Amino acid sequence: MDMQVAKKKLGLKERYAVMTRGLDWTPSYQKMEDIYPYMAYEGIKIHDWDKWEDPFRLTMDAYWKYQSEKERKLYSVLDAYIQSNGHLNVTDARYLNTVKLFVSGISPLEYVAHRGFAHAGRQFPGPGPRVACLMQSLDEIRHAQTQIHAVSNYNKYYNGMHDFHHAHDRVWFLSVPKSFFDDAITAGPFEFMVAIGFSFEYVLTNLLFVPFVSGAAYNGDMGTMTFGFSAQSDEARHMTLGLEVIKFILQQDPANVPIVQRWIDKWTWRGYRVLTLVAMMMDYMLPKRTMSWKEAWEVYFEQNGGALFKDLARYGITIPKCTEHIALEKDHLSHQAWSTFYNYAAATNFHTWMPDADEMEWLSAKYPESYDKYYRPRMEFWREEAAKGNRFYNKTLPMLCQTCQIPLVFTEPGDPTKICYREVDYKEDKYHFCSDHCKKIFEDEPEKYVQAWLPVHQIYQGNCFPEGTDPTVEGFDPLAAVIKYYHLEFGRDNLDFEGSEDQKNFAEWRGQATKNA
Amino acid sequence: MSNVFIALQTNEDTRQIIEAIVQDNPHAVVNEQPAMVKIDAEGKLVVRRETIEELIGRSYDLQELQVNLITMSGNLDQTDDEMILYWNA
Repeated sequence: MDMQVAKKKLGLKERYAVMTRGLDWTPSYQKMEDIYPYMAYEGIKIHDWDKWEDPFRLTMDAYWKYQSEKERKLYSVLDAYIQSNGHLNVTDARYLNTVKLFVSGISPLEYVAHRGFAHAGRQFPGPGPRVACLMQSLDEIRHAQTQIHAVSNYNKYYNGMHDFHHAHDRVWFLSVPKSFFDDAITAGPFEFMVAIGFSFEYVLTNLLFVPFVSGAAYNGDMGTMTFGFSAQSDEARHMTLGLEVIKFILQQDPANVPIVQRWIDKWTWRGYRVLTLVAMMMDYMLPKRTMSWKEAWEVYFEQNGGALFKDLARYGITIPKCTEHIALEKDHLSHQAWSTFYNYAAATNFHTWMPDADEMEWLSAKYPESYDKYYRPRMEFWREEAAKGNRFYNKTLPMLCQTCQIPLVFTEPGDPTKICYREVDYKEDKYHFCSDHCKKIFEDEPEKYVQAWLPVHQIYQGNCFPEGTDPTVEGFDPLAAVIKYYHLEFGRDNLDFEGSEDQKNFAEWRGQATKNA
Repeated sequence: MSNVFIALQTNEDTRQIIEAIVQDNPHAVVNEQPAMVKIDAEGKLVVRRETIEELIGRSYDLQELQVNLITMSGNLDQTDDEMILYWNA
């Protein structure tokens, strides 16, 4: 009989097995350790790479299909947003400063993540993790590109974004996110996976993307909301990869447990310090707030991260010790960070301001333990001074933490009236730290962190002025020279929001959008 | 037992998916936030292809969920028929 029987399609599990297993061969004339040179030195032992499994069981053919769908959705929304002058629908022009922070602080990290996963994928001898790393590497470059495309529309109208990548590599506070990722990609491939795949993507990414994206949605920024959600749809896969990485490494050999624990401790703290920028964005920069930083930390770290570490306990992994310190800081972090940026607003690529009376009420309600007692008085004072024409700009460069590169502005855990300050002597030099955790990270790997490019040191050494600058001439203004080196325009890209060109333009354009000029 | 969760974009694709999840997981709690819906469930959450298909009236591939997914928490296991999120402890 010559009857055509419809061939049954492979199920998801079989399809995943066919597409991610048996793709390798055993080398005959090259040694494995020459082909995969970074597999041994971190001390991680892997016995069976095939035990690795992506629980989404996503294969490349399905990957392209869903990614192209996401791209089509994203760009049609972006077109509509741009065509309808959507930028004039944001709550108020102060909101745009979150976009500046995002494109100069976060988007360049997406690109570095792309490189990092491409590198890690190349180094792993197992095809399962290699396929997963390849997908994530492609996701990350997509995120960088879509974010730049979405934000380029804002750049046509507003200041501070015009040379975001140049800024990312130079501006003092942007060295915080930059050095975080540089630290990760210069680690070995296993540490990179634990650092970014697990600690950042699984434990902390919800605190980065969900507040930014729902903040954008709440503040009428459809462009950011759309690229954010598009990126976030990939993050769910990255989180799954991160969790699988950890479980896989821990299951492979008990000797891996203490190494992984040290990395989790280190990278949870490193990532948390970077999230300082998110904390102040949530509490101070969004004209309409979604939730406070403290609430977000409680939902996404204390509840969700708590569940995660309870689950990992059976491997012998414990919740990082630094979380006790973080719990003490959650009432203070955003207020201390925003005060710092308010001080140093002459040297930033975005504007700062003091909260108005209603916003202070919101802060008091969200931070009943700390805001009125410690932060409201100084903010009211600054607001009054600004009203009298004495807007204060701090022009003295701060001392930086050698590890996280944040100025030493945080207070002692448990005592919000005293600056936390630690130091270490190493090979005849003195190094400064914001906390016991950053100090410990340095002490574990001093030869790595002595190489840190600290913006303040670099400015004092004369490395952050435009070429040909002569700092010895009379009346030399170092801040003005540094701003030029950052490719920022003094009085336009920096200083207070009040009186800024952004403020003026936005008011005028919004007026034109609602009236016949 | 800790909570697992899944968060989806608020849109016309996810309206029935959320309905399906609620049908299959009576212990789930739906939490509507700006532009997203977060569904928390103690211990375990199951997304079933068949229930979604009944509600949307067409065949559905669970991997389509990727397009509207925002975030999730818990160990994951996905097959052609189900996507399961769970904690072991």
